[in-house]
Amino acid sequence: MRARGLLIAILMLAALAPVAAAEQRASLVEIEKQVMCPVCGTLLQLAESPQAQREKAFIKRLIAAGKTEAQIKDALVVEYGNEVLALPPDSGFSLSAYVVPIVAFLIAALALGLGVWRWRRAGGPKDDGTPRAAGPSGEDAERLDADLARYDL
Amino acid sequence: MSARSFIVVLAVLAVVGLLVFGLASKGSSRLEEGDAAPTATLPLLDGGGSESLTDYRGRWVLVNFWASWCPPCRAETPALEEFQQRHGGPRFTVLGIDTQDLSDDAQAFVEKFGLSYPQLRDGNGDTADEYGTTGVPETFLVDPAGKVRLAVPGTVDEEYLREEVEPFLPNGKS
Repeated sequence: MRARGLLIAILMLAALAPVAAAEQRASLVEIEKQVMCPVCGTLLQLAESPQAQREKAFIKRLIAAGKTEAQIKDALVVEYGNEVLALPPDSGFSLSAYVVPIVAFLIAALALGLGVWRWRRAGGPKDDGTPRAAGPSGEDAERLDADLARYDL
Repeated sequence: MSARSFIVVLAVLAVVGLLVFGLASKGSSRLEEGDAAPTATLPLLDGGGSESLTDYRGRWVLVNFWASWCPPCRAETPALEEFQQRHGGPRFTVLGIDTQDLSDDAQAFVEKFGLSYPQLRDGNGDTADEYGTTGVPETFLVDPAGKVRLAVPGTVDEEYLREEVEPFLPNGKS
């Protein structure tokens, strides 16, 4: 029984190892999509300026040195600051970039829901005494239909 | 004022506030003659501590924003070094600020040109923004009181330094 459990554990580890290795392997193409060219203000992927070329060379050097994607992004932040990341980090003040839109959406949804609930509770649109536009009388409707029929192609 | 009106006014104020903040933070204009030079503290390029422009109060300082990837910076650097050799001293210095650049590339640049004047590092470009630069190179002459006396967008050369900067400096080796 113990041997069987051990075998299962080994098989699971063997199955997970390539996944972990794939997660850690860095690629220039993937990193270029996640970082900015600070001088151009665009994704590095789209930039060809001299500064972008140096940044790409820097990433290639770190990949060749066996650094992971996270380590390379950290190194870029050390060089250029947080602005180099296309997506702000999900910690500290930058977290507000993710939280504020969600909170704003929830507040808007809540306000909308509350408004609809109150409107339905009040029984729909109120009759404020304003005369509603009436349709044409029977005679007018017949004349209108006849007129329209004359324009039929 | 009813609660509903208060919420509406608050929402409008929030939107207006965001718009104003967005416009205000969109970027400052280039510093001009008479403006106070920003005094942010920046790390030294060689990693040996940090400095602020306030550390240079009492001296004339020629602040030069540059980057190793910038060809015009390479073109003007020998003239700046030569100017520093002639005038650098207790009353004047060129001060390089390497901006939006890789520190190793910048160090190699300093060694290649044998630059003797102090170098600070502005990796994220915030200080360059404070000066209102729109690119590199840009150069500012700051007087001993910390006021900008000259602002030069683009390269400086030997002639410009001799004719425009030199007259401000005290006589002799500054």
